[in-house]
Amino acid sequence: MSLKLIDAKNLKKSFGEFTAVDNIDLNVQRGEVVGFLGPNGAGKSTTMKMLTGFLEPDSGDILINNIDLKSEPLKAKEFIGYLPEGAPSYSDMEVSEFLSFIGKMRGINNNQLLNARLDEMANQINLKEVWNKPIETLSKGFKRRVGIAQALIHDPDILILDEPTDGLDPNQKHEMRNLIKTISSNKAIVISTHILEEVEAVCSRVIIIANGKLLANETPESLGNNLMQNNILSITTSSKINNATLKNIKSTLNYSNIKLEPLSKTSSKILINEKDKTIDLNKIVTQLKKHKITVTEAGFLKPNLDEIFRKITQDKKIID
Amino acid sequence: MDTYLNKIYIIFDRELRGYFRTPLASIFLLVFLALSSGMTFFLGRFFERDQADLIAFFSWHPWLFLILMPAIGMRLWAEERRSGTIELLITLPVTNTQLVIGKFFASWIFTLIALVLSMPIWITVNYLGDPDNNVIVVSYFGSWLMAGAFLALTSCLSTLTKNQVIAFIISSISGFILIMAGFSLILSAVRSWAPIWITETIGSMSFLSHFSRIQMGVFDLNTLIFFVSMIILCLWINIQLVQIKKAD
Repeated sequence: MSLKLIDAKNLKKSFGEFTAVDNIDLNVQRGEVVGFLGPNGAGKSTTMKMLTGFLEPDSGDILINNIDLKSEPLKAKEFIGYLPEGAPSYSDMEVSEFLSFIGKMRGINNNQLLNARLDEMANQINLKEVWNKPIETLSKGFKRRVGIAQALIHDPDILILDEPTDGLDPNQKHEMRNLIKTISSNKAIVISTHILEEVEAVCSRVIIIANGKLLANETPESLGNNLMQNNILSITTSSKINNATLKNIKSTLNYSNIKLEPLSKTSSKILINEKDKTIDLNKIVTQLKKHKITVTEAGFLKPNLDEIFRKITQDKKIID
Repeated sequence: MDTYLNKIYIIFDRELRGYFRTPLASIFLLVFLALSSGMTFFLGRFFERDQADLIAFFSWHPWLFLILMPAIGMRLWAEERRSGTIELLITLPVTNTQLVIGKFFASWIFTLIALVLSMPIWITVNYLGDPDNNVIVVSYFGSWLMAGAFLALTSCLSTLTKNQVIAFIISSISGFILIMAGFSLILSAVRSWAPIWITETIGSMSFLSHFSRIQMGVFDLNTLIFFVSMIILCLWINIQLVQIKKAD
């Protein structure tokens, strides 16, 4: 028995000539939140549709909690909660009605148990105020929450959420992320997104795909470290630095890539970009002091996931 | 097996309630009752015929169902595909067969409700005269069975499109062909060039010829087998189409 709740190997899926998913392996363990990242049309949704049994892969195997999805689909599907892209729901139904329909279809036959689960959803997902309203009258944020609630109604081990925060306002996004974090401890969660800050906020692992191929599979931090080896130090000074001074500093400090950006009449910004060497901030400050320049602000720039994403998806040689 | 049927029931229940969630159901029932009695009294000349039977009522059913059954069934799959809820359904622990059967029965039972509501006309004819009630019972059952065949056809065809209106149109046209198959005009046109067995096959596919026998109170096994196998065939194709078209 493996700990992997999702174990997919060599997934392939084509639509006619177009290869949507090309040989992707994916496994997710309990307690993990995997962020599925990729440009639009990269194959994220197709992969998720295969993991949930909506689409059959052309080749490859999917084990859901060690159950083969192909040979025992009904049994395997019981472990999955799924929010499809766009959070579809029956708009003419009331929230409570819709959730109890999904609950019953998910096999909660005991009325007491069903009511307990419905109560929990109303509280946990904050649906009380719209509980008896038709879904079509709800705001986008509430509709999305209803979508999450139907995915969680049977307390599944595996949660697959296709763009759970798409179209939400910043507050709602924040709430959704908190919710995902709260429920993540005893589940295996896969979320797809193209919002990078979301990955940093909730995911323990990032998977990047583009053109149906897997390009990266690691923690958000190591992804940053491995791909952006450059350290960039940014220093703001209290007085303006002229070129002569800069030349002087450059020669004594021995850093190859120092850039000067004038900020205003009385201050400048120095950017030091080093690939392999560590940058010694103390040394730099002392050096500047010798030129009677005081440092008002200094800090290392964190590699930006946006840049990493662009770099990976546009130039996959980095990985190969 | 228990949970198997239970899932079908849950699908059925949601779908049937769905008809009543909008004014659509009441409008439909009103239209059905108005048209069926209107046709009976005005086109069918119920009183002028001076016969204590409901032939004037039932003989219009094939034509009425030609429009009304596609109206009931058009949303069954087209709407699921348009709204994307088909993705929810298919990823639930349920088979396509259960989904198709549950939805079909919801529409069929809805039709039964419409037929039951038309029963005052039955009472009327009993009040006015002394009809052969066996014939009327058989006619009601036959009418419901024929409605089932129309609905199964519509359900199957509604899988082909995301647009309910298109589903309605193609279902009506297909239904029209199946009704017309029994007309002597069509049959004689075919008879002139085709071997006799083709003519007979086409003729035997006709809803109209099967139903006209039912109206006379003749309910033979052939007719039962025809409508039931028509339903099963359409639903079987429906199940395959759901599999093929679900992700389009």
